Amino acid sequence: MSDKTEYKGLKGWIEHRLPIFSSLEHFSKYQTPKNLNYAWNFGSMAGIALVLQILTGLLLAMHYTPHIKMAFQSVESIMRDVNYGWLLRYMHAVGASMFFMVVYAHIARGLYYGSYKSPRELLWFFGIILFLAMMATAFMGYVLPWGQMSFWGATVITNLFSAFPLVGESIVTWLWGGFSVGNPTLNRFFALHYLLPFMLLGLVVIHIATLHQHGSNNPTGLDVKSKKDTINFHPYYTVKDFVGFGIFFIIYAYFVFFEPNYLGHPDNYIPANPMVTPTHIVPEWYFLPFYAILRSIPNKLAGVLAMFGSILILFFLPWLDKCKIRSGNYRPIFKVAYLFFIIDVVFLGWLGGKPAEGDYISMAQVATFFYFFYFLILVPVISIYEKTKPLPASISEDFAKHKGA
Amino acid sequence: MTNRRDFIVLTASALTAIGAASFMWPVIDSLNPSADVLALASTEVDLTSIKEGQVVKVAWRGKPVFVKYRTPEEIAAAKTVPLSELRDPETDEQRTKPGHEQWLIMVAICTHLGCIPIPDSGDFGGYFCPCHGSDYDTAGRIRKGPAPLNLIIPEYKFLTDTKILIG
Amino acid sequence: MRNFLLIIFTIFISLMANANEDAMHPKKEAWPFDGIFGKVDREAAQRGYKVYKEVCSACHSMDLIAFRTLTDIGFSKEEVKALAAESQIHDGPNDQGEMFDRPRTPADFLPAPFPNEQAARAANNGAYPPDLSLIIKARHDGANYVHALLNGFTEPNKEGLVIPNGMYYNPYFPGHKIAMAPPLAEGQVTFDDGTNSTIEQMSRDVVVFLQWAAEPEMEVRKRMGIKTMIFLLIFTGFFIVAKRRIWKNVK
Repeated sequence: MSDKTEYKGLKGWIEHRLPIFSSLEHFSKYQTPKNLNYAWNFGSMAGIALVLQILTGLLLAMHYTPHIKMAFQSVESIMRDVNYGWLLRYMHAVGASMFFMVVYAHIARGLYYGSYKSPRELLWFFGIILFLAMMATAFMGYVLPWGQMSFWGATVITNLFSAFPLVGESIVTWLWGGFSVGNPTLNRFFALHYLLPFMLLGLVVIHIATLHQHGSNNPTGLDVKSKKDTINFHPYYTVKDFVGFGIFFIIYAYFVFFEPNYLGHPDNYIPANPMVTPTHIVPEWYFLPFYAILRSIPNKLAGVLAMFGSILILFFLPWLDKCKIRSGNYRPIFKVAYLFFIIDVVFLGWLGGKPAEGDYISMAQVATFFYFFYFLILVPVISIYEKTKPLPASISEDFAKHKGA
Repeated sequence: MTNRRDFIVLTASALTAIGAASFMWPVIDSLNPSADVLALASTEVDLTSIKEGQVVKVAWRGKPVFVKYRTPEEIAAAKTVPLSELRDPETDEQRTKPGHEQWLIMVAICTHLGCIPIPDSGDFGGYFCPCHGSDYDTAGRIRKGPAPLNLIIPEYKFLTDTKILIG
Repeated sequence: MRNFLLIIFTIFISLMANANEDAMHPKKEAWPFDGIFGKVDREAAQRGYKVYKEVCSACHSMDLIAFRTLTDIGFSKEEVKALAAESQIHDGPNDQGEMFDRPRTPADFLPAPFPNEQAARAANNGAYPPDLSLIIKARHDGANYVHALLNGFTEPNKEGLVIPNGMYYNPYFPGHKIAMAPPLAEGQVTFDDGTNSTIEQMSRDVVVFLQWAAEPEMEVRKRMGIKTMIFLLIFTGFFIVAKRRIWKNVK
């Protein structure tokens, strides 16, 4: 990379040995499509969320004890005795929810604007891997306070693996480190919960590197054709990202300071009791759609496969969706199907929080069916037969027409 | 245009810096001793069971503390030492409370490298540290050996004549 | 697109309200600690502590509350020391290797009526009186739930539910029958400040106390929240204006 700028003095000395300043310039002058809308803010917001989780998590780990006899108490000691401990704890708990909120919005953007299509398939894959790692981290993290939901959520979800024939039981015993969820389980979940976020950081670096290969997608889905289509990342998108951060922090602060337990479950303030099952075991809200899919299928193994399948199917999307047009803005039929898909996922989430009784069962089955129907039938068929709307001539033309998204 | 640009940059940086700094204080303060640790920062010691000439070792903030009921001979020996002979000059009065000179309260950690000295031993009738030979007198002042300072007197007060609060 | 997603999110979140379907919904009372300016009424909390101590502590522990924290609700350091010293705690070993009893200090926690869950169940027909340190957070709409529950024993059994011996009818408890006998009676506790100790009064005061016990940081948290929100609104407002200015000249 040839540095067009000559760095003098101390800057020059460092630059010659480690090109920090030219890298900063590269990022700030990075050519970005000028027509990105606020749906493109969620990636950077996810980055902030990750950093906050690592920082608050690290500080919590200084006071937390991962032993079943002390875990619940150590968390309460953080809440009551550690200076600002309550702030760190609520930031970490609410932060997890914020992280998922933002990532779901980020995925929704990708699904609508065809960001998974060529040449961004690998970018999409790393995103799914990031999502899976995030879910594993969140699942293990929720076990750590050792409340009723921590214990029973861990029991239910680890028990799922017994669905696999022949090896299932051994896998579960291996995961538990014992004959039920207990101290070995808690200890290893703590170690892994501490480790995984740093792997997330590495995956984020690869995710961004993959992005920079071809640059960001944009609301038209058109490729960048000339310099007229792009602007410098700094100051335009740095400042716009800060607007996003401001809104992110306002929502975050509202929950942390005024409704810190709204997104959680009261049962987790009851210490774990292996002899008493809570009336309704529910995971945190961000897992509810998958929980609904899992329960909707009466066969244990099929339910597990459907649940994992609902995420793994995303890997095939670049090939299921055959439309040459990327953006949903120019695909009127796809747009309607997508709207129904989003409603379906929200519906699945609502169902996941309900007991698996009565009408809820059939509703969840319909919703699960539609989820897979969308990816396996609707999207491919629409992509082949749909008559798309005419595309604008270029990004710059689209921007001039809509000026100021 | 540059003026307005500068203003924007300046205010943006200032706001971000204020935000980051206000978050930094809770981060740093969370590492300070928490309320339950501070609650155990003071230890009460009942002196009634300690006989004249006896020394008792109590725990205070995780550290050993000598509580010594000195004999009149030990007090006299401490008072006759000229300050010029002391590496860390302190009078006996400076190391005890007025009206309670028979009580010597000291942190039982050798000021050399941290071992616990042995009471009623050494050449000065005081305290001898077996690790490297530091020798303290009956007021706990360093007389011989590598330790640089006298044994530390912690903050304490007499709640009654027979009860002290350390810390 | 963003507005669309925000609307979906809001609908999703409001659908999340998850109540205990079985139990009757408790009446929404106005509490002094409600809202962003909520405070802990110190007098009520002190009366509530007395109710806990003289009535509830016979069966319910509060293992997470240390005596020293009672200064938060207005007791002086001397009063706290005296309250702690009223009971003995097992400690040791001493220098002879023996365990011994000593009076509690402010650093110790409130004494529990039973040494463990099994003893508690054995003394209460198999039912376990839960620890109350977090009860307000451990139940949906905790404050209203506890208040309704304590007053709910007088509700008539209109549904004709069969109540076995040792249980009591209370529609606010899931399943409508509870193993706890009505704990409060008129005039049961004599309040030092002369307040009339009706069941309603005692239940309100004990809820204020329990709310403080569950969330001692609440006042600090809400105060910090207001300051943070104001800062963030200024911060975001500034960046919105800055963004518009900077983007104005993009063609």
